[in-house]
Amino acid sequence: MDCIVLMIELIKVCKSFKGQKVLDNLDLKIEPEKITVIIGQSGGGKSVLLKHIMGLIKPDSGQVLVNGIDTSKLNDKELNEVRKIFGMLFQDAALFDSMTVGENVAFPLKEHTKLSKKEIDKIVEEKLLKVGLKNVTHKMPSELSGGMRKRVGLARAIALNPKIVLFDEPTTGLDPIMCESIDDLIINTQHHTNATFVIISHDIGSTFKIAHKVAVLYEGKIIKIGTPEEIRSSNNPVIKRFISRETEKACQT
Amino acid sequence: MIRLLELAGRPFIVAVEESGRIILLLISAITWMLRPPFRLRVIFKQMEFVGVNSIFVVLITGVFTGMVFALQSYYGFKMFGGESLVGATVALGVTRELGPVFTALMVTGRVGSAMTAELGTMKVTEQIDALHSMSVNPIQYLVMPRIVAAILMLPVLTIVSDFVGILGGYFVGVELLKINSGIFIAKIVEFVDLEDIFNGLIKAACFGLILSLIGCYKGIRTTGGAEGVGKATTQSVVLSSVTIFISDYFLTSFMF
Repeated sequence: MDCIVLMIELIKVCKSFKGQKVLDNLDLKIEPEKITVIIGQSGGGKSVLLKHIMGLIKPDSGQVLVNGIDTSKLNDKELNEVRKIFGMLFQDAALFDSMTVGENVAFPLKEHTKLSKKEIDKIVEEKLLKVGLKNVTHKMPSELSGGMRKRVGLARAIALNPKIVLFDEPTTGLDPIMCESIDDLIINTQHHTNATFVIISHDIGSTFKIAHKVAVLYEGKIIKIGTPEEIRSSNNPVIKRFISRETEKACQT
Repeated sequence: MIRLLELAGRPFIVAVEESGRIILLLISAITWMLRPPFRLRVIFKQMEFVGVNSIFVVLITGVFTGMVFALQSYYGFKMFGGESLVGATVALGVTRELGPVFTALMVTGRVGSAMTAELGTMKVTEQIDALHSMSVNPIQYLVMPRIVAAILMLPVLTIVSDFVGILGGYFVGVELLKINSGIFIAKIVEFVDLEDIFNGLIKAACFGLILSLIGCYKGIRTTGGAEGVGKATTQSVVLSSVTIFISDYFLTSFMF
């Protein structure tokens, strides 16, 4: 492992919805085994960008390379193979509300492994413990708080030990204390699994805390990518305004 | 002028596009029926939901349809002394038309709407994206089992409805209106062929396909939060019901 493998690369990706350009010739390289946080305004195409990486949305033009494979050219079957190295935590966790917590976490294991029920139960227990949850296997998702749902969502996302984990605004809609514990959880989990984490967020405080690299999305382009220090000391007026306004907002609440 | 034409033509374009997408969904559901994994557990669960849980409402509608049909046809036939034909009329009407159509409409209201609401909620809360992200095809996991269950269970429900419909007709005709019970049954046996019942069941299977296909289609294309789910559910029930009536005419004209 001398050479750095670029696990995810987006090249000149364009995407419009109903004539409105959301991604405009976007280029982005994501370093493996690091936490990359993509920040940008709400409604600025962050979720769309994340869904491109996962192959949930196909670009109008451009390439999305995962391990060197252009996912935008794959058919459903091939795409499903590539997706097995991914885990994703959705904004509201997207737990299946017809299943218990345990069944939710067990779902990817049942689908993609030939493990026995006992082994699956053991992994489920272990993953839930990893995200700090105990004795919740038989609860329904509707009985859980927002923070707990996110934890279960993360447990489900890492059930198959994915190489890449994507997060859609992990701290949105949580109280500050819960935000902090989710931040810690993300850092710890990444440390243990050594997977590539890609997080989209507009929470500047948590971004600077957890990120190895920060990418700034503005008007459909990545205008800067660098370490948190580089972003913080950037002279770019857009970035400056974004950071200062967001921290102000965080102080007020 | 051109803009006016565009405006007038838009609904047709939308309708054509929509039916195209529904057909595409059907094709992909059929492909998933032939490709493993076959999801038997999920299919059985849906069969319970579509079939077993609908029995009660189908029983009630079936009985009263037969009863009112007997009553109405009795008034008509009495005018020229044809009371003996009430049984055969009820049995023919119920097995060919009323059984399958009313069953399908009740199931649309109970099950089709629930399919749209459930899949719609899953769509707006990103649960369908989550399935994608876990390399599970939502059409295979969610849509195909529902369609299979509806196609299999609608004929079963229709048999139940046929049976209790004729029983209801018998009760009104023989017990209340004092038609001779022997004649009532003899005329049914004379006029109703097995084919009548069988064709009714084929219709029922087609209606099952229609209501589940439209129910799932409207569900997985839902956008716009809770309000969107409500809208999609209404649209699904209306579109399914109308399609059931229209296709009923064409199925009848082909089969009988």
